[in-house]
Amino acid sequence: MRFGVVRFPGTCDDVDALLAARRVGEAEILWHADADLKGVDAVIVPGGFSYGDYLRVGAIARFAPVMGEVERFARSGGLVLGICNGFQVLCEAGLLPGALLPNTSLRFVCRQVELEVVNAGIPWTRACEPGERLSIPAKHTTGRYWAPDDVLDALESGDQVVLRYAPGHNFNGSARDIAGVCSPEGNVMGLMPHPEHAVDVLTGSVDGLKLIGATG
Amino acid sequence: MRARVLIRPKEGILDPQGQAVERALPALGFEGVSHVHVGRLVELDVDDPALLPEMCERLLANPLIEDYSIERPDADRWTQDAGPDAPRG
Repeated sequence: MRFGVVRFPGTCDDVDALLAARRVGEAEILWHADADLKGVDAVIVPGGFSYGDYLRVGAIARFAPVMGEVERFARSGGLVLGICNGFQVLCEAGLLPGALLPNTSLRFVCRQVELEVVNAGIPWTRACEPGERLSIPAKHTTGRYWAPDDVLDALESGDQVVLRYAPGHNFNGSARDIAGVCSPEGNVMGLMPHPEHAVDVLTGSVDGLKLIGATG
Repeated sequence: MRARVLIRPKEGILDPQGQAVERALPALGFEGVSHVHVGRLVELDVDDPALLPEMCERLLANPLIEDYSIERPDADRWTQDAGPDAPRG
């Protein structure tokens, strides 16, 4: 499995994503200004503050040249994982439903969270069991998942809610405790917590490898 | 032509920034303030103002979570003349 990790100006988790992906396969950087995915098998849009998050999180990054290729890749069934800011970018690009709003606390929060795997049947979660708990860090100010109620109903009935915050762990006020969602076909997934920071026992958990490594 | 785009959180979506301001005002002795919402103002010069709604839909606002309105100077006053629910053209 060869991963491409997108790097925008302002991305800051690209190196961790690269190193995490290299634990389970090969990985290289995809520069934002190049409309070229270099023939990778899967794309990771990592966390950070793409284009400074000016105007609105993810709003400007979605128009970067590389994103046109990511959209084409995703719409033809390619595997795409958006983490934190990457999740925000994929929502802005319309590849995932909903939007991320400021945490109800209005504070930046950095903590380990417990997630529950709701849908273990997509490429990104097939190493997990339904209902399994994952311990993964989250760190963001704008992570409150929101979509209109009818969209949330459709996501739940269509198995597009992939991960929920376990009881007591929904620190950002996300609708229906949603931490991660996927496209209708399951090839595109976005989540606010950071699996690429949970790949070594040194930092407390290796559960992130279950998501990043599942596609191999 | 000069134009202003006002962007607001959609009604019904929790707006913690507005709530924080609403709580801060009475703390300074300003009573009788409610329904505070904090949005964004974009000012711009634009050659073709007919493009403004599309600019709003595609970049300046996220129509899923935000409402916007476009104001253009009319003589020496600003008038509100368009938005997602207003007639266009």
